[in-house]
Amino acid sequence: MIEVKNINKSFSGNQILHDVSIDFKQGEINLIIGASGSGKSVLTKCIIGLHEVDSGSVLYDNREFTNMDFKERKDIRKEIGMLFQGSALFDSLTVEENVKFPLEMYANKSNEEVLDRVNFCLNRVNLDNVNHLYPAELSGGMQKRVGIARAIALNPKYLFCDEPNSGLDPQTGIVIDNLIQEITEEYNITTIVITHDMNSVMETGDNISFIYQGKKWWEGNKHEILKTDNKELCDFVYASRIMQKFRNI
Amino acid sequence: MLLGRVFKKPDNFKLIRKQIIHEMMSLGIGSLGLIAIISLFMGAVVTLQTASNLNNPLLPAYLIGYATRESFILEMAPTVMSLILAGKIGSNIASEIGTMRITEQIDALEIMGVNSASYLIFPKITAALLFIPIIVIYSMFLGALGGFIVAMYNSGMTIEDYITGLRYDFKPFSIVYAMIKTLFFAFVITSIPSYHGYYTRGGALEIGKSSTKSVVYTSIVILIINYVITQLLLL
Repeated sequence: MIEVKNINKSFSGNQILHDVSIDFKQGEINLIIGASGSGKSVLTKCIIGLHEVDSGSVLYDNREFTNMDFKERKDIRKEIGMLFQGSALFDSLTVEENVKFPLEMYANKSNEEVLDRVNFCLNRVNLDNVNHLYPAELSGGMQKRVGIARAIALNPKYLFCDEPNSGLDPQTGIVIDNLIQEITEEYNITTIVITHDMNSVMETGDNISFIYQGKKWWEGNKHEILKTDNKELCDFVYASRIMQKFRNI
Repeated sequence: MLLGRVFKKPDNFKLIRKQIIHEMMSLGIGSLGLIAIISLFMGAVVTLQTASNLNNPLLPAYLIGYATRESFILEMAPTVMSLILAGKIGSNIASEIGTMRITEQIDALEIMGVNSASYLIFPKITAALLFIPIIVIYSMFLGALGGFIVAMYNSGMTIEDYITGLRYDFKPFSIVYAMIKTLFFAFVITSIPSYHGYYTRGGALEIGKSSTKSVVYTSIVILIINYVITQLLLL
């Protein structure tokens, strides 16, 4: 479980996050939703320590992360897997080397064991015979799956996904959503997904936090979100005509 | 601050060693062809120009070989080749690390708990410190070879004169001086572009700007260091 308590963050006097507190539950997909520029990405970067918070705290299973030094954070980061919006695969490495990277860096395993784990992770995300391809030779959906394989290589306790289905067609997007859901349940990990895709919200939203102008505006699940009368959330959820029609049915 | 992170104890020595070898191959071996062509032609041109300027019966012909050797050991090989490498290697490093920054590959390393500065920059600096002195020595030999080829086909001098000039009044300290300069240049050629690449923000346009800025700053710093070291060691 990850607890975010009263986080504030500003850049050059411009406050981006205002007193945000959220609990992200283990074994569930925790969604952070909101419009572009609402502060979702800043919040995530604060949680994983890529940005330092001005005040407030982040606890990973009761371990205070915000006050830790680089060395202590490193131990927690070994328990974190992250899927980036653009996959962030290392261009100069093959698929196999990308997935192998965290294992070679930290796992004390023989070459055969490392290779077995790499093949297991690639197999888990339904990728076969791509070990020796470079990221540029893969489709967007395949790159995301390699990103997931790399993220789960070290058996993480926490999985962060930044807009996992952006740039993908709806069908591939659903495949990625389902994969994240299966992995979350299978390994009982705390998964945080940042998205503004309503398909993802309705598919996987166990625990949803809506961020509006840097504040946590609403919290609930995929069933509650359709019944909400919160104006700002309704503006976000029913922004498209199809969702407006759906609402009027 | 960045250099402090670069020289922290690496997370995994095996991976760093692998990276150093990779960088030596890509930065060093990849530059050998260019350096060979430039050195051969510059050696030939320096020899020709010296021959045309020393066309006086009172001056011994072996001075042509002597002048070629001295200009290559003292300036052409260490300084001019470093300026060329600043353009080739420097822009490559700045754009490679800059691209990694804007495509979140550096963030990915940080999230894995890897000291990204050390993992990306330390192998480049180490590879340059090990390999650029070799490139400079290689350039010295090829410069002399360029002059030798000119001596073979030029009626104004003989091969014997040229070789006598190459061996005349040789001071081993000149090589030491060139190597000291080269080590400083190698550090500058990799550290300044790494800094500009690492702190790139924005998109493709900014990668181009970082690359250009790194080449300009590296060239200026090389020239300043060249002056300071020459002042300190030769006078």
